[in-house]
Amino acid sequence: MRVGLIAEKVGMMRVFTEKGQHIPVTVLSLAGCQVVSHKTIQNDGYAAIQIGAGVPKVKNITKPMRGHFAKNKVEPKSKLVEFRIDESNFIQIGLHMKPDHFVPGQKVDVTGTSIGKGFAGAMKRHNFAGLRASHGVSISHRSHGSTGQCQDPGKVFKGKKMAGHMGAAKVTVQNLSIYSVDNDRGLIFIHGAVPGHTGGWVTIRDAIKIKSSIELPIPGSFIDPNAPKQESAPKEATDDLTTQDHSAQGENTEPSTQKLVDNDTPDNKMEENTSDVSEENEANQMPVEEADAANTEEVAPEDEENSDEQDIKKDDNGDSK
Amino acid sequence: MNLIQELEKEQLDKLRESKQIPDFAPGDTVRVNVKISEGTRERVQAYEGVVIGRSGSGINESFTVRKISYGEGVERVFPVYSPTIESISVVKKGKVRRAKLYYLRDRRGKSARIAEKIDVNRQKAKEVSQPEATGEENESK
Repeated sequence: MRVGLIAEKVGMMRVFTEKGQHIPVTVLSLAGCQVVSHKTIQNDGYAAIQIGAGVPKVKNITKPMRGHFAKNKVEPKSKLVEFRIDESNFIQIGLHMKPDHFVPGQKVDVTGTSIGKGFAGAMKRHNFAGLRASHGVSISHRSHGSTGQCQDPGKVFKGKKMAGHMGAAKVTVQNLSIYSVDNDRGLIFIHGAVPGHTGGWVTIRDAIKIKSSIELPIPGSFIDPNAPKQESAPKEATDDLTTQDHSAQGENTEPSTQKLVDNDTPDNKMEENTSDVSEENEANQMPVEEADAANTEEVAPEDEENSDEQDIKKDDNGDSK
Repeated sequence: MNLIQELEKEQLDKLRESKQIPDFAPGDTVRVNVKISEGTRERVQAYEGVVIGRSGSGINESFTVRKISYGEGVERVFPVYSPTIESISVVKKGKVRRAKLYYLRDRRGKSARIAEKIDVNRQKAKEVSQPEATGEENESK
């Protein structure tokens, strides 16, 4: 299972196709959607990836949250959401998610908070028919009518549909399709409507009921905001080496078939494979001037470490599975 | 300008590049050439009638054309920038005092006619630009 994204609803518009159909699309903005932290089975008892988006007001950031963001070295975010995914699909902390994480034509589930309707009557809330307009009905044309029997049950059954609060609840719309994505502006266009107000937050994830026949980027599509500093990042930061390795693969936008191959091959081979891949990738990410130096001096020792530690990680994973 | 407006404008500019849409207003008689696809084949069908209103703005703008077909009133709504419209041509300018000519629905025959609008300024401009031509004509007569 891949990570989902959080996005801000910008609004709806229409798009004309070549054939002359007009398609209603909802525009969603990723608003700096970024990986904020990881929850691991080791530390937290469950595996999840925390994604943040939006720019909060300074006064709204509490001290504890500031600490949380500072620890992971990311900008404070106004909205945080956890996606429970396998640790093998983790994405490195601090990386920005890109809209082409989702592929046009793909089905997605979108979750948001529906528009609040306040205290609504039975007709609006449950589609009751109401009472008649004439024939002796007075005052109660939109009421719900009877609520049950007589003395025998002597009560109104629980769950009876009546007037009450409507909307402002968590709603998921399944199997919406992605119309297109705009990487430059960080926009996703979804065919059809999405719950909630304009300006509300929604989460988008792969549809659980329809498996995609389109090849999706695994573990995801993302970009490093400070790419030139890339080679210094692995040293200082994150403990989770498996995630680094996979994020590196993803950045080259190759679907990570590597992972599957690794599992099947014996340990020796695996070591070679992974170290090769990481070396290549790191070289690719580096700016040209530094690439040579880094290849000879820095990367080589680091790779040994990587592969050693990785073995341990792989073993751990195997045990847990 | 918010993001939605920007996106709509971009699309609008692209659509405007691809084809020219003439100025027309309620009361005008227009001929709309509509693309119709039958299976794989595509042909163009003309629909001619009086524009009884325009509604919406930008990319969402549409117009209603009314005509009498076999003694029955028919109204058709077209999006102005729809790709199914091959072209629009103005047959006649109409002189009306309403933006929406819904009163035509209750009328038939003579009372449903619309007087032709004669643009005085434009005619004058024409005469000024071609004084010699008109003069010659007069002489020949």
